[in-house]
Amino acid sequence: MTDGSMTEDNVAHGGAAAGSAPVAAPDGAARHEVTTKAASIAWRRRRAALARFWREYRRHRGGVVGLIILAATAVIALAAPVITDPDGLDVTKATGGVLDPPNREFLLGTDEQGRSVLLLAVWGARISLLVGVTATLLAMVIGTLVGIAAGHFSGWLSAALMRITDWFLVLPRLVLAIALAAVLGPSLLTIIIAIGLTSWPGTARVIRAQTLAVEARPYLERARALGAGHWHQMTRHVLPNVMPLVLASTTLEVASAILSEATLSFLGLGDPSRISWGTMLSRAYGSGAVTAGSWWYLLTPGVAILLVVLSFTLCGRALEAVLNPRLRGR
Amino acid sequence: MLTVRDLRVTYHSGRTAVPAVRGVDLDVAAGQRLGIAGESGCGKSTLASALLRLLPPGTEVSGEILLDGEDVLTMSFGRLRAVRWAGASIVFQGAMHALNPVHRIGRQIAEPLLLHRTVPPARVQARVEELLAQVGLPAWRANSYPHELSGGQRQRVMIAMALACEPRLVIADEATTALDVMIQAQVLELITRLTTERGIALVMISHDLSVLSSTCDRVAVMYAGRIVEEGPAREVFTSPAHPYAAALAAAFPTVGDEASRLRPRGLGGDPPDPAHLPPGCPFQPRCERAVARCASTDVRLRPAGAGRHAACVHVDEEVAA
Amino acid sequence: MAKYLATKLGAVTFSLLMVLFSAFFLFRLLGGDPVQNLTRGREVTPEQKAALRRELGLDRPLYEQFLSYLKDTLSGDLGTSFEYDQPVTELIAERFWPTVLLTGTATLLAVTLGLWLGTRAGWRRGSLFDRSQVSLALTLWSAPTFWLGMIMIMLFAVMLPMFPTGGMVNPRVAPGLLNEVLDVAHHLVLPVLTMTAVVYAQYLLVMRSSVLDELGNDYLVTARAKGLRDDLVRRRHAVPNALLPTVTLVFLHLGGIIGGAITVETVFSWPGLGYLAYEALRAPDLPVLQGTFLVFSAAVVIANTAADIIYRFLDPRVRAA
Repeated sequence: MTDGSMTEDNVAHGGAAAGSAPVAAPDGAARHEVTTKAASIAWRRRRAALARFWREYRRHRGGVVGLIILAATAVIALAAPVITDPDGLDVTKATGGVLDPPNREFLLGTDEQGRSVLLLAVWGARISLLVGVTATLLAMVIGTLVGIAAGHFSGWLSAALMRITDWFLVLPRLVLAIALAAVLGPSLLTIIIAIGLTSWPGTARVIRAQTLAVEARPYLERARALGAGHWHQMTRHVLPNVMPLVLASTTLEVASAILSEATLSFLGLGDPSRISWGTMLSRAYGSGAVTAGSWWYLLTPGVAILLVVLSFTLCGRALEAVLNPRLRGR
Repeated sequence: MLTVRDLRVTYHSGRTAVPAVRGVDLDVAAGQRLGIAGESGCGKSTLASALLRLLPPGTEVSGEILLDGEDVLTMSFGRLRAVRWAGASIVFQGAMHALNPVHRIGRQIAEPLLLHRTVPPARVQARVEELLAQVGLPAWRANSYPHELSGGQRQRVMIAMALACEPRLVIADEATTALDVMIQAQVLELITRLTTERGIALVMISHDLSVLSSTCDRVAVMYAGRIVEEGPAREVFTSPAHPYAAALAAAFPTVGDEASRLRPRGLGGDPPDPAHLPPGCPFQPRCERAVARCASTDVRLRPAGAGRHAACVHVDEEVAA
Repeated sequence: MAKYLATKLGAVTFSLLMVLFSAFFLFRLLGGDPVQNLTRGREVTPEQKAALRRELGLDRPLYEQFLSYLKDTLSGDLGTSFEYDQPVTELIAERFWPTVLLTGTATLLAVTLGLWLGTRAGWRRGSLFDRSQVSLALTLWSAPTFWLGMIMIMLFAVMLPMFPTGGMVNPRVAPGLLNEVLDVAHHLVLPVLTMTAVVYAQYLLVMRSSVLDELGNDYLVTARAKGLRDDLVRRRHAVPNALLPTVTLVFLHLGGIIGGAITVETVFSWPGLGYLAYEALRAPDLPVLQGTFLVFSAAVVIANTAADIIYRFLDPRVRAA
């Protein structure tokens, strides 16, 4: 089964902590003390589980390398306004020559408007990562909600949700994304929505399957017998057990989303005023950098995408291996 | 025709070494039937796999396995592949997964025939039908897939397949364990009859000592990677010398024998973890008759009567007595 | 079997209807006022717009529009291109075969390469070959397809002018069938290499997974015990079983291939449906966009159904059910 021992532990004790030990305490203070103790036990267990998880994760070299690259990229992207001069992005203030190869002043050369490719890549990271993460979050939220609901409730609601999910799954992802982006008009939000709306069905399906598996377990029956309502069941019991799967799935989805963003931007569906790695490549293509042999302009955003996507993929695979022992050794 | 000397098999998983077989000696004459009894984890299946060098790569094997005089463990690969199935074959347990789900039965039986060229290709089809008939299956079954057969039928296919190349030895590894009692009896009868008819030696592995005692000539009881008792099958079953063999025999009441049903049964504790064996006799933590010596001496097989051996300190006194 | 196919046919029809409805929803409802789109950038009076609206039937209620849209589409009328002033169906017919040539060749290559390498890698899990293949596959999978295409152009068409930078034919090629075929082949090399590089990785990883799943199965031990050589065990026993889920996935991945086709055709100016879609995006040419959307989606629906049916044929266990 996919759940690590940590989640069942958490649920069992989280539930206990939330429910509070039925102590016949004479005063509120003593009861509060008991609740706090129970809560702190739960926390300690969570920390121990996390430590165990990290120890296991560390054994996957790929996952560790991926994590390092992602951390570095995130830091650079977030710190961009601080460590670089955004003026260099302004076309009117560009000082370099057109499509200059790397030299001492411009470490990675210049683009067709004289701007530093290195600078563009650093700022492009912000948009690419933003879109990738946001779109995936959108997809994950929708997918998890639909998946858990479809798995938890039976009857017409579940059937309807699955019909809708299947509808989306029938259409090829990129084609649908292009169509959506085309009709919604070029902008950052469009891309986020297009990617988000085309990615959630895959997740929903998997989560629904996992929800059904979780719901069959005895402790959920017990929770129901004790009077737990739908919301409580879904958030306190199903969600924590489904979360690990969601986490691994999310990581892999971000990889996919960044690739999709690059593709959609390249096709001209992104916001032309924003710089992302995809728009850089689009401009490289459009300005004839390819035929001019301006390899720095082509390689920089491409290698950046490759490294980040690969890192997310490696992390995702490592997560899957840790959370699902059956997959170890892949 | 089968002689095993000081066989040791150690698995390596990660950094732990797990000694599954710790020095086993066996002798099986042509046409003889030897039973190997024991619970899961005692090493009997490892022993069976080792006989044809079917252990996973990275497993440490030492000792001698002489099949008609040739040492299996030092054979060249080419010789080994020739000896496999044609010299000795195996009937596996749970033929559900031991048969390839996407090949028809006939093809799977014919495969070793064609490989070892036991019969000319033109005769293969006829031979397959012959084999199926011998195990009581109709010839048209050759066109079926494994999932279309019942458990008993699949086991019979395994037997037919094992006999295909007319081996000198058949190893039956828990061949009847997963079957219903009635089918089990049928399959057992089949195995014993066919091997006797052809003078094929049989090594039968099971956890059911009563079954072994009625089908085999001799039986060896394994525990924690070693043989703890061996001798004529009937005798070992009715008057076991080793406490573990006694417990094992008691666990399976003989049908129709009132006395056996009333005997005290059951054994406390769990089989030892092969990676962390207790000092001295491995059975000592669970043994009713354990004494101080048992935990300090490495108890080996010693004579316990005519043609019998047992690895228990009490045997010395009983024999002397 | 007939009942199964009938059910599948029904499902396909339903899915295709869903595709039609999605297209209508996307392009007619979300796409904004078609008249606005048509007259973008042109000097049009309100009366002309109103006349156009009546002409296009846009003043009728929505469901009527949908019905006439259905009727038109099913009879092959997909509207007229804004840009080319040609019937969309004609445009699609023109660009259809180049896309099939490109994606077909690339898929064939990718499947062959991916399955072969994936089997080898899975069989020798953990070996240098395995690890290097997986690393390479993961890296190629992580690269945007169109970027690889641009790199190919820069390396092999600009820096080392071995191949053309784009297009499918050289207008100045000498006449004659052989010359024309070689010319197209020459133009085909880089785009096919690009698509194959990304797609084969997916198949490799999937096939490797399948083989790994099969590795633990007993029937492989049986095969080895029969005396089969390692590569025969792999080819005859493991691979047919591992292929089953892989075949399905190959078909299901067609959606991804289409996405790749759009970007690769764009980068190489390959005159296929993908490039047509790109041109329609830039214009914007809504009828063509809608038409290509329909064609792509329908292709994927049909491929998914084909996957189910083929799997049924291949797996004897499912066939019986």
